[in-house]
Amino acid sequence: MPDVTRAEVCAAAIADAFKDDGEIFASPMGMLPMLGVRLAKLTSNPDLVISDGESLFLAGVPPLFATGDVVEGWIPFRKVFDVIGYGRRHVMMGASQVDRHGNQNISAIGDFDRPTRQLLGSRGAPGNTVNNRTSYWVPKHSSRVFVERVDVVTGVGPKRAKEAGPAASRYNDIHRIVTNLAVLDVAGPDDTVRLLSVHPGVSAEQVQEATAFELALPDGGVSVTREPSDSELVIIRELLDPKTLRDREVRPAEVKP
Amino acid sequence: MSKPRDKQLTTDQVVAQLEDGMTIGIGGWGPRRKPMALVRAILRSDLKDLTIVSWGGADVGLLARAGKIRKLVYAFVSLDSVPLEPNFQRARQDGTIAEIVELDEGMFQTGLYAAAQRLPFLPVRAGLGSDVLVNNPQIRTVTSPYAHADGDFEELVAVPALDLDVALVHLNRADVHGNAAYLGPDPYFDDLFCMAADRAFVSCEQIVDTAGLTVDSPVQRLLVSRMMVAGVVETPNGAHFTTCTPDYERDESFQKAYAAAAGGPDAEWAAFEQRFLSGDEAAYQEAVRAFHQEAARA
Repeated sequence: MPDVTRAEVCAAAIADAFKDDGEIFASPMGMLPMLGVRLAKLTSNPDLVISDGESLFLAGVPPLFATGDVVEGWIPFRKVFDVIGYGRRHVMMGASQVDRHGNQNISAIGDFDRPTRQLLGSRGAPGNTVNNRTSYWVPKHSSRVFVERVDVVTGVGPKRAKEAGPAASRYNDIHRIVTNLAVLDVAGPDDTVRLLSVHPGVSAEQVQEATAFELALPDGGVSVTREPSDSELVIIRELLDPKTLRDREVRPAEVKP
Repeated sequence: MSKPRDKQLTTDQVVAQLEDGMTIGIGGWGPRRKPMALVRAILRSDLKDLTIVSWGGADVGLLARAGKIRKLVYAFVSLDSVPLEPNFQRARQDGTIAEIVELDEGMFQTGLYAAAQRLPFLPVRAGLGSDVLVNNPQIRTVTSPYAHADGDFEELVAVPALDLDVALVHLNRADVHGNAAYLGPDPYFDDLFCMAADRAFVSCEQIVDTAGLTVDSPVQRLLVSRMMVAGVVETPNGAHFTTCTPDYERDESFQKAYAAAAGGPDAEWAAFEQRFLSGDEAAYQEAVRAFHQEAARA
């Protein structure tokens, strides 16, 4: 196999975030999450339920942005909200900011009443994070994204959820934060963001430097994110993303010299 | 044989029934199946101080840029292929919308459902722990009267009903009485908007006989019943530049031009307005045709 790219490492790390989910609706927001989820469905978790991102459950696993696959169900927006309440869903959202306690912001930068930069709005983040498993994908890990405190809490981290009471914390499940540098979770002391693994060629120091708060570290030490297997690389390169769209989201930094 | 009444109107006749300060719900979703011809008719009117309730797309951007919105209720505003709506961003960053109610998407749906069911509120988990409750102190919580299996009496968000004065929705087909069908992949929430409103107006691509509504389309696509509808308008290409699948998809090149003008200097927006929004709906559609002819020649 030719050298593995960073985007391919990220795709495998995202796939791993969905491997133990069983038969649930995997909802990826954005290209790399879609690639990772489809890779998981073709390898570690064939039971995943996937959609075209619009209104159809797909029985097959088509390439990124392809249409015309076999349909196995109907999931218009209103039924997405039904499934969120039902709970059998794992969403991977983007995040303009993530803070020490794993709170996410996609609403606005600055003061909410008069933001310096208006973003999307809260979208479904508040509901996702108190109802079903939620992960985040950050294509550019930097201290502008990983901040001490988010400007607006849209996605609720475990500490805030506990403070809001049992109805908020009962189903709060922030699973993974996958970035172009590393894989993290929110199981650090006092429900803080913890560095699980660094991608091949990245050091823990680099990840810490690109983070505006101190990262918690696992007891056994930080590991290295696994490289995709040869068969996973074939699936990524030949089947799911033959146009190499993944490189537009994460620049092709070579893992091996 | 007696027939239900004919409710056909023009877009301007619909807008003549609206008043300053009204709460108006706009159907569709982001850049999908928006009643844009009715929105454009509002832009041409003197209406002001509106409360707009919308899964926001260019409808919100255009009304905000025209200074029509006093209060905005939304969970997002996006054009999808252009993720951030430039006119909405500008309005927020310049503080030109007096009152902002940003909700979670599930809360928004729940608020519509409460209004449609004539309930004061409905409980949900969504919102708990988030800044939606911090930025909207008017939204309260409610304690469940029933104990959870573990003994907790859960405290949930009591989403207030999103009661509307008027709903505006766009579907593919309707009859003159107000029965209406969507032919695309998703109903969105148009029936809920109609039921949440005192009066609902349906615009459509084509008015057909009642029998024609189910000739080539399953009955399940008849989303809106005439009992929910006060007026029907035939506005071909009336969702432009949003999707109206299968009649047409989103006009991506026009949307790109809209977003560029909206995000550009004031003079660029003024030129866009002059070219596309200074005349009536027929003039708009003609200007869009000319835009594409020009692009084809280039």
